[in-house]
Formats: sequence, C-alpha cells, structure tokens
Amino acid sequence: MQHERLRVRAGAALFFFATATLAATPAELLKDYETAVRAQSARFAGFSAERGREFFNSRHGGEWSCASCHTGNPAVQGKHAKTAKAIAPLAPAANAERFTDAAAAEKWFRRNCNDVLSRACTAQEKGDILQYLISVK
Amino acid sequence: MNNTKRWAFDLTAWTVSVIVGLTLVAHEAMAGEKRMTAGNARYQAECGSCHLAYPPQLLPAPAWRRIMASLDKHFGADATLDASAAAEIGYFLDGAAGTGKRVAGAGDSLRITRTPWFEREHEEVPSAAWRRPSVGGPGNCAACHTTAPQGDFDEHNVRIPR
Repeated sequence: MQHERLRVRAGAALFFFATATLAATPAELLKDYETAVRAQSARFAGFSAERGREFFNSRHGGEWSCASCHTGNPAVQGKHAKTAKAIAPLAPAANAERFTDAAAAEKWFRRNCNDVLSRACTAQEKGDILQYLISVK
Repeated sequence: MNNTKRWAFDLTAWTVSVIVGLTLVAHEAMAGEKRMTAGNARYQAECGSCHLAYPPQLLPAPAWRRIMASLDKHFGADATLDASAAAEIGYFLDGAAGTGKRVAGAGDSLRITRTPWFEREHEEVPSAAWRRPSVGGPGNCAACHTTAPQGDFDEHNVRIPR
C-alpha cells in the first residue's frame, strides 16, 4: 500500500518534470540552439536577425521559401501555399503560442526545412530565424 | 368509448407514431449522410494544421494506410509525425475509414477529390470555380462548405465565393 502510494507520487513528479521541460519561451529555445551550435564548433559568433530575415525570404533551390506560406511579414496571418488554409502569425509578438514548445518547434523546422531546402536546417540557421522572428514587432 | 371507437383511436395513434418515427429515422439518416466528423483530437491537431482534417470516411482503409506510410512525401510536402502520433492516428483512420458506395471505385488514388463519389457530388460545380484564388482548389472544403470545420457538409451551408 505504502509502496503503491510512493510509486504514484514518483510518477506524478516525473510527469511534472517532463511537462515542465516541454514548456519554454522563445528566448529559452534560442539558448538551446546556441548550446547546439557551440556543441558542434568552438566558435559561435551569435545569431543574426538580419541573416534570419534574408534566409526567411529566400528560396533555397526549391519552389518555396518560408515566406511562401508565412508571408514576408511574420506578424500577420499566413496562408498555406498549397491548401490555402490560414496559418496563424509566426512572430511571438503577434502570437504568444509560438516557440513555447520545443517539440513543436522542432517538428515544424524538420518538416518545413525539408520542404524549402530539401535538408534539415542547422542549429545556426534555426537560431538566426528565431532571432529574426523575435525581433519582429 | 365503445369498442369500435377505441379500436379506431388505437389504430390512428399507432399509425401516427409509426409515421413520426420513420420520419425521424429518415431525417437522422440524411443528417448522418451530410455530417462527417473526424473525431480524434490528435488527427484533428496534426492533420488539421495544414488542411481541413478530412473526414476519414471518404477514403478506404488501404488508401489511408498508404498515406500514413508516405508522410515524408505527402502531396509534395513533408508531413512526418513522431512515432506515437503516427501510431494513434493510423489506428484511428483504420477504424474510421470509409466503406460502401462513398469509396467504391476509389482505385489507387490517394486523393478524396478523385473518387467517383466526390466527382458525382460536385458535378454541378463549374471547373472555373475551383480555380478561383478564393477557392484554392477542390481540396479546400471550407472555401465553399462554410461549416466543414464542424464536420457539416450540408448543401444548405454551401456558398461558392466569387
């Protein structure tokens, strides 16, 4: 009985910590990308909103850029280039839900980088993009 | 009341209740025909983020299985899921997939819009209407079926935008 209760409590604590680490802020996610860049190379020259903005608006060999769906202004509602479904604004200033869940951010980077660049984005690229999106007011 | 009167009354009451009952059943069946829900939260959230969470009843189970097996190249986009979401959604689609006349003759196509049923239902839509930017193609149900996000495809709620 005692044992059972302890196990339930341990489970609840584990659940709390697991969910607590999932919730994040855009600034924390940016820090995660910085950690990832530093793990790959000793030199880290910071993220650049300007580099991110250019990346966001450019095509990278394929048919689409990020802006094809999210528009050139990440503070406004976008539209899926193929299905025409509305996409909520991407900039955290315009949509408080954005970049508050590391798993969700990674899911969309995985899919969308593959669509736009036919490869995964590097941690440096993701950081630049996020830096840009945070700078959009 | 004498016996004949009572007998007549009973017969009338019985007939009225049968008619009312049958009408209700028929109405229910017709509403069911037009109401097509996609009742799984994860299916709604994952698939519904890029397009309307299409009613699973509109494709047969083998087609949904092939869609789930090719999410890395999903109509020209990467729609991959993590293993847990893929398992849950795959299981849901298997159980909710269409059978019968709606998916008859669906063949190898993975597009709901290419099934004979869909083409039949949309016969009167002029081809130019599909191409309007305000419509965005036959896959964009909600452009005309204003209540499609609620699973309601009733013809009375159709407004084809200019």
